[in-house]
Amino acid sequence: MSALLEIDGLGIAFGGIKAVDDVSFAVREGEIVSVIGPNGAGKTTLFNMISGLYRPSQGKVRLKGSDITALEPHLLARRGLSRTFQNLQVFGEMTLLENVMVGHHLREKGGVLSDLLGLPASRRKTRASADSALALLARVGLEKAAYRAARTMSYGALKRLEIARALALDPKILLLDEPAAGCNAVETEEIDRLIAEIARAGVAILLVEHDMKLVMKISAHLVVLDHGRKIAEGAPTQVARDPQVIAAYLGQHGQEQVLHAEG
Amino acid sequence: MKPKHLSLLILTLLVVAAPFFFPSGFYYRIGALIFINAIAVTGLVILIGYAGQISLGHAGFAGIGAYACALAPEHLGLPPVAAILLGAALSAALAWLVGRPILRLHGYYLGVATLGLGILISMVLSNEAQWTGGPDGIAVPDLGLRGLLRDLGWRVGAGELWYGLAGLVMILGAWLALNLFDSPTGRALRALHGSEVAARTMGIDVARHKLHAFVVSAVYASVSGSLLALMNRLITPDVAGFMHSVQMVTMAVLGGVGSVLGAIFGATILTALPQLLTVFHQYEHMVLGLVMILVMIFLPDGLLPSLMKRLRGRDGE
Repeated sequence: MSALLEIDGLGIAFGGIKAVDDVSFAVREGEIVSVIGPNGAGKTTLFNMISGLYRPSQGKVRLKGSDITALEPHLLARRGLSRTFQNLQVFGEMTLLENVMVGHHLREKGGVLSDLLGLPASRRKTRASADSALALLARVGLEKAAYRAARTMSYGALKRLEIARALALDPKILLLDEPAAGCNAVETEEIDRLIAEIARAGVAILLVEHDMKLVMKISAHLVVLDHGRKIAEGAPTQVARDPQVIAAYLGQHGQEQVLHAEG
Repeated sequence: MKPKHLSLLILTLLVVAAPFFFPSGFYYRIGALIFINAIAVTGLVILIGYAGQISLGHAGFAGIGAYACALAPEHLGLPPVAAILLGAALSAALAWLVGRPILRLHGYYLGVATLGLGILISMVLSNEAQWTGGPDGIAVPDLGLRGLLRDLGWRVGAGELWYGLAGLVMILGAWLALNLFDSPTGRALRALHGSEVAARTMGIDVARHKLHAFVVSAVYASVSGSLLALMNRLITPDVAGFMHSVQMVTMAVLGGVGSVLGAIFGATILTALPQLLTVFHQYEHMVLGLVMILVMIFLPDGLLPSLMKRLRGRDGE
């Protein structure tokens, strides 16, 4: 299997400081790859470059072999790249259902005129979006709250809402930025199950997560960042034994925990 | 019943029922003025309420619509109805051209840029006196609808006619805006209002959608200006002035900029009060400012949505 997403020597500098420097790795179809590292290691910055929010100053991003470096996010969405956000980015005044329906934008968009006039084509698209959005909400266990405004929901629910919304795009690759942050053990368990399920359906997943238990359990491959540079890469057990990784991130205690989780 | 149909029903009932309570024929004119303002304010609901983009220059488009009705019949030989469409087309074209660069701006910067646009248009209307008659204004030809109806054997007073016509256009405008709310475009606009970053990653071409909202709202303002000119038969550059822009935004914000019905409610209050309480008229601008401040502090969602929330309990669903 060839790589779906290739990151090749990616780097960015803010005012002379290299936030990410020469990072390379690849994600295959249906594979879960996790990016770990201490706070400020450049994980979210890396995500923002891949998803087109930041323009990298060096390196390339390739999706299915074609260069997508610094493409506008809405064009990346069209190519099947979707993401969630570490600090929630939900549409607070819209209902949960509408939030997910926005994820169907590329499939439902038509003319402004037809939408103003409420033509049958426009209403049909809205109904189709609503149906499949409801199914996605059910998949993340939020269908009962479908008609509530997003701003009234709990943090954990909104984390799952973001996943449902990202899935609405029918992505080939999904970037999840700390999906379990701030969630309790039960919610984390649920998100863990959900991610594995998404990957089984053939979607490649790139994950940033601090919950090491979760990361060790579900990832096929780990990339470790520190100070913007890749310091290690490989299978979870192998990375957890890497002395450089232990020094920079895991610590002795963390390593024991990790290997314990690995079983 | 869907909320959309309920809103339209309420609106239609109010327009039809109100005349039964009018003490004199003068009130038809006030009613028509309310509806004409409500049309422009409905456009702002789409731009500000749905898409979250501010404009402090929309009176400029009302000015284009108004002066199209004054000038096109005389210089181009167009019938006034065609002049309304011409004004709308010109407003849309200008909004499209200007919107592309300025909608990249956010918050205050967009406010100031649109402010500048409005002032520019009103200055052109004031200064090109050989065409526009300058600050004293210019006469506007008759729409010709009353004459047409008279020929058909139906005698209606000017007040009643304008009440009916403006009411109809307002309901039509509300219908379009309500359709938009629940459509793919409407959801895209509300999404980019909520989080521009997330909207972009969902595949929404944010620049294009903002531009659409800007153009549509400019057409609303233009039609509103055209009707105002045709009803009053005289138009001055004030129609495009800064105070008119502020008035529109205040009406929208007072009533509730996120809801069509709320915004029309705001237009009703701020149009009717100065007309009914003539004492009030002198202090109109002061009161406008005061209302804006009080609403921002106490009812940031606007009158109608806040009221509804109270009625339904804390968190309306």
